[in-house]
Amino acid sequence: MTLDEVLAALFPGGHTVQPGPFGTIDGTARIKGAGEIIVVGIAGGTPLGIGGALLLAGHVLDAVRAGRKEPIIVLVDTSSQAMARREELLGLNEYLAHLAKSLAFAAMEGHRTVSVLYGPAAAGAFIAAALSSQILVALPGAAPSVMDLPSISRVTKLPLDRLASLAQTTPIFAPGVVPLLATGAVTEAWQAGDDFAARLAVLLAGDHAAVDTRDQLGFERHGRLLAGEVARQVAAAAAHD
Amino acid sequence: MIAAVQIGRADWYEASARDRIAGLLDAGSFVEFLGPEQRIMSPHLAQFDLTGAFDDGIAVGRGTLDGQAVLVAAQEGRFLGGAFGEVHGAKLLGLLRGARERPPRAVLLLLDTGGVRLQEANAGELAISEVIHAILNLRRSGVPVIALIGGRAGAFGGGGIITACCSRIVVAEHARISVSGPEVIETNKGVEEFDSRDRALVWRVCGARSRYLLGGADGYVTGSIAAMRKAAAAMIADVPSFGMTMLQAEQQRLTDRLHRFGACRDAPEIWRAAGLPEPDRVGDIDDEAFLTMPRIAGADHDAR
Amino acid sequence: MEQFQLQGKAVRRAGGTRRQALTGVNASGNLEILVERVLADHECMVEVTTAVAGFRGTWDAVAQDFFTRASPGGLRFSINDGGARPDTVMLRLLQSVRLMEREP
Repeated sequence: MTLDEVLAALFPGGHTVQPGPFGTIDGTARIKGAGEIIVVGIAGGTPLGIGGALLLAGHVLDAVRAGRKEPIIVLVDTSSQAMARREELLGLNEYLAHLAKSLAFAAMEGHRTVSVLYGPAAAGAFIAAALSSQILVALPGAAPSVMDLPSISRVTKLPLDRLASLAQTTPIFAPGVVPLLATGAVTEAWQAGDDFAARLAVLLAGDHAAVDTRDQLGFERHGRLLAGEVARQVAAAAAHD
Repeated sequence: MIAAVQIGRADWYEASARDRIAGLLDAGSFVEFLGPEQRIMSPHLAQFDLTGAFDDGIAVGRGTLDGQAVLVAAQEGRFLGGAFGEVHGAKLLGLLRGARERPPRAVLLLLDTGGVRLQEANAGELAISEVIHAILNLRRSGVPVIALIGGRAGAFGGGGIITACCSRIVVAEHARISVSGPEVIETNKGVEEFDSRDRALVWRVCGARSRYLLGGADGYVTGSIAAMRKAAAAMIADVPSFGMTMLQAEQQRLTDRLHRFGACRDAPEIWRAAGLPEPDRVGDIDDEAFLTMPRIAGADHDAR
Repeated sequence: MEQFQLQGKAVRRAGGTRRQALTGVNASGNLEILVERVLADHECMVEVTTAVAGFRGTWDAVAQDFFTRASPGGLRFSINDGGARPDTVMLRLLQSVRLMEREP
């Protein structure tokens, strides 16, 4: 889906979303039942770099400072983090962390945070822009990945066709919405023909857990069977004598 | 394992994850959770014809540092590059969640990681995000989380992002912190963008001294475990609190950095622009001389 | 990948009182050994999981030689191997016995 199609489908009541520098977007929209909401994002498959991350974090912090506690929607269509010497020299890790912190802080302060993925998002950009909200929705065209199969093939020295057939039997490493839904990373995957605005209204109206429950989600969906139990055992040991 | 008397002098870079913990904490105080004898191993490696590790490459537990109760996690950078898999990540997540329930004086993260373990990439990536959330929640509740970096694998990928989410960061001389590793950039963008075999260049871009001078790390120590112990204890005493004031300060700090040094392509250009003395010699001087050098204005901050 | 157990007899119980120890790292050309004092005084055993299949005979020879040299009675050695050479295996096994002799 194009950005315009996504915006039209999510916000039929109108929006003020405009493009900004470094592939970012920002504005507001009106949602039936939820009033005005904040919309930010990275569009056009632009790699997420220090400039973009800083702008997005700034929008999020502005919203928190304003104190209205509106929902914050993060639209995501990025390739991966910007891969360049200059980005790393200036400390891209701090910029991406700052964005992750700002989104986490907004949620702590009572904003509902929802990332909506409608294109690719890989690696560090996926962590900072898509996985840092309370909820991650995948739309048609979403292509989340940690690493593409050819790169995994290079590192693991397993032939591509063997990896591709392995990917049919386990959601643990392969890119795509289906395996990331199974592991608990993607909260909901919406299909073409769904009423996106109505589904968003339901998400924004519903209760949300104050704690991160993605490990439980991954267990229920049979995509991450061990994580929740291992974390529970360590937490129990750490919390008791 | 190294004998106790030798641990203090031992090199952080060379030591195993458990030897780092042994030398960092008060002697004999470490109690491990879900230790290797429990054999909680990765179930995902066999399909890649890889043998696992009894602890999945990370040791977690409790102990004391100068008598103060701490929780500690140490990644083993020599096992699959210290990378995050499902079990590995869940052990760290559990430690942070346990800290929320029963707050220690601090949580110490001895990170040594290439990022996500590709054989279980989705579980690893998600674990990194869960760890970030848990760290920030813990900081919000007032528990310091200190990153100690200086192992073979550095802190790359999501490990670099986790590092910058901690309250304080201490680097030893061999530390490297980055998101995309030099090899990844070279593979994707070409050798003219980043020649990963140019070791000096790699150190200038993501090495300990560059990070420390610019404010990407808060403490710099020579490579001994004893030096790391001293720095960790000092860091616990005074950490930034996680809230609006800090985040606005960080927004400003990172904006200033981008404006002041955004046109620089190599670290000496930054140091020259910042007016540091002898910017071309930073890589050549010994640690003692380095530690007497001024840092870039604003590098000493609470905006993290 | 291959997994097998190599049983042995020891003339005496291994020294020390330590219950367990871990040494080495499973990396290329290296191995990790988890030693546990869980067997009868004259029993010993090496359990191997190795990335390199087809060398069981070599492992057996190293293990029997080790049992004779170190007499590690009561100890079970669990190994995750990343393709270590026989001399490295022997070195690590001997190190692991010495670790068990230390104070816990």
